[in-house]
Amino acid sequence: MIELNDVTKVYNQGRANEVAAIRGVSLTVKAREVTVLKGPSGSGKTTLLTLIGCLARPTSGRVRLRGEAVSSLPEKFLAQLRRQTFGFIFQQHNLIRGVSALQNVMLPAYPLGLPHARLASKALELLAELGLEHRAGLTAEHLSGGEAQRVAIARALINGPEVIVADEPTANLDTALTQQFLEIVARFKSEGKTVLMTSHDPRIWQAPLADTVITLADGREAAA
Amino acid sequence: MMARERAGLKVRGSTAAAALAGFLVFLAAAETLHAALAAGPGRERREATRALTTQLGLTDLALFTEARYTRHRSLADLHSAFQDAPMAMEHFPAGSLVTPQRAFPDAALRAGTGD
Amino acid sequence: MPPWFERHRLLIDFAVASLLRRKTRNGGLLAVYTLIVFVLGSIMLFGEAIRREAAAVLSGAPEVTAQAMRMGRHDFSTRADIQKLGRLLGITHIEGRLWGYHYDTASAANYTLQVPPAEDSAHALAPGETIVGEGVARLRKLTPGGYLFLVSAEGKLLKLKVKEMLPSASALVSSDLVLVSEPDFRSFCGLDPDVFTDIGMRVSNPQEVSKAAEKAALRLPGFRFVTRADMLRTYEALFSWREGLLLAVFAGALLAFVILAWDKASGLSAEERREIGILKGIGWDTGDVIAMKMWEGGLISVTAFLAGAVLAYGHVFLFSASLLEPVLKGWSTLYPRFPLTPSVDALELSTLAFFSIVPYMAAILVPVWRAASADPDAAMR
Repeated sequence: MIELNDVTKVYNQGRANEVAAIRGVSLTVKAREVTVLKGPSGSGKTTLLTLIGCLARPTSGRVRLRGEAVSSLPEKFLAQLRRQTFGFIFQQHNLIRGVSALQNVMLPAYPLGLPHARLASKALELLAELGLEHRAGLTAEHLSGGEAQRVAIARALINGPEVIVADEPTANLDTALTQQFLEIVARFKSEGKTVLMTSHDPRIWQAPLADTVITLADGREAAA
Repeated sequence: MMARERAGLKVRGSTAAAALAGFLVFLAAAETLHAALAAGPGRERREATRALTTQLGLTDLALFTEARYTRHRSLADLHSAFQDAPMAMEHFPAGSLVTPQRAFPDAALRAGTGD
Repeated sequence: MPPWFERHRLLIDFAVASLLRRKTRNGGLLAVYTLIVFVLGSIMLFGEAIRREAAAVLSGAPEVTAQAMRMGRHDFSTRADIQKLGRLLGITHIEGRLWGYHYDTASAANYTLQVPPAEDSAHALAPGETIVGEGVARLRKLTPGGYLFLVSAEGKLLKLKVKEMLPSASALVSSDLVLVSEPDFRSFCGLDPDVFTDIGMRVSNPQEVSKAAEKAALRLPGFRFVTRADMLRTYEALFSWREGLLLAVFAGALLAFVILAWDKASGLSAEERREIGILKGIGWDTGDVIAMKMWEGGLISVTAFLAGAVLAYGHVFLFSASLLEPVLKGWSTLYPRFPLTPSVDALELSTLAFFSIVPYMAAILVPVWRAASADPDAAMR
């Protein structure tokens, strides 16, 4: 599904605070599998995730999606990929503050210009599936951590993506909520979606549903 | 509709924005109508005032009555400074440096030089 | 509805939600913005309306007015001067005019005393009679049939029966007028029988006015000749100047606002930048983000412009520019109450629209475009 070929990412290139976050990674994310990136903080997990999810372009190397090199595509196509192929669940949920949970879920579909009523009922359905129907009208900052994460999951699903990308999804969750999250991931997998997660939480990478676990250290793939 | 009601959401932002814009445009249209309706009577009034100006041979607007050079702006001899009411606004730079007579208005009134 | 319509509607939904999130800040900005447009619009509309009014009304003034000058000051004209002018080609009527000022201690206001021209039968007055303007009647609470008492500088008392009142619609030119008969005027002001305040001349052919004034100037070398065109120019300049003065006074506030708006519009806060990153991350492209931010700015600036312009019109034409009155009034006790005929200059209005909307939108565009065209990852960081 996704192939990385000797990918590097350097931040603040040419400046005093230059950081090489990824120093040559080659890996493959297989379709309809759950792939977990693990490793200590600063090992480059998040950066790698943003490269795979087309949130950033690699400094060198190549990212292929379904055999097509995406790293050199123009911005407009990347936005389309982010919108339709990927569903992102960010580490801090990254909900838009001051906007209702429902509207947050609908946001990724706004550029598509779907009729509002249809979009709203779809978003509400997703929230209902995650047991959040009653929270739909609350603004993002009034949601608890677990609720906010589920809203973020609903948001990632609104455009029916093939690939779910989640950055440290369980970082702020207790055991029960983590369990709940794993159940959701299991459902994604059963629906044939590709799931890619970063985590330093053993409960995630030791979970039986993790098909592939890739370990990162200092921006390189390390032996597990 | 149902969905939104269940979610306890209010009016859509775009609806509210359109309502506000519509309201303002309505007011603007009402004012345009007002202007159109007032144009006729306005012309008549101006014509009547113009006729009075001709009859009486008036030369200036009665807007600023505080001083000669403001009341009959076009006929005033603008070259004699400090002309009328002691506290009248000056039109020469020096007028801003010379303070008004302190005893105003009592002394001025007693002396009958207010005008 | 076509998708582009729905898309923009959804973007507006978000823009509104985003504006409402910072209610006080954006509300304050909108209020100040509206106020600025309102003040500018009021000054503009009032200036334009009064310039038109003055031009229309003063087009009835005498074509040429001649003033005697002595030692650089305005002096009386005499019957001899009028005779010297004699019969000049093109001048249809010459008349010595009698008018002057009277400071009324009772109302602490300046009146203009005037003798109606002899040929003006509509305002013909017998000694002891007067016709007063709207302002004088208002200040002295006069009604037709009532009496107006004036005390001259020498202490002479003049008792005048109010014959009628000048129409209040003409207050702009007649508000402070006290029309009296010639004998009353001369005795009250202590004038010799053969002097006049100045000389009014009527010229039938508008093309010959300056020629006639030139010819007259040859016969009366010490005189100053004021043509009607001069008067119109005087007022055109006066209101432009007053308008300019108001704008100058206002310029400081305006500048402060421009800085504020520029700062608000152009400096994206860290939160806004992050938000743009999130929106891009979840699939908005640069165009979506810019369109949404443009709606946000457009809602503020267009609302401010519309509201400000609507309020300014109401203020000037429905409430007689009451807020500008103190500035225009200066020190005059007697200020005319006159209705203004609505006149809106499309060019001026669009200039106001342009300068109130475009700079703000431009200030928004650049930083948003910069933030929105970066990789979402970079914007979110």
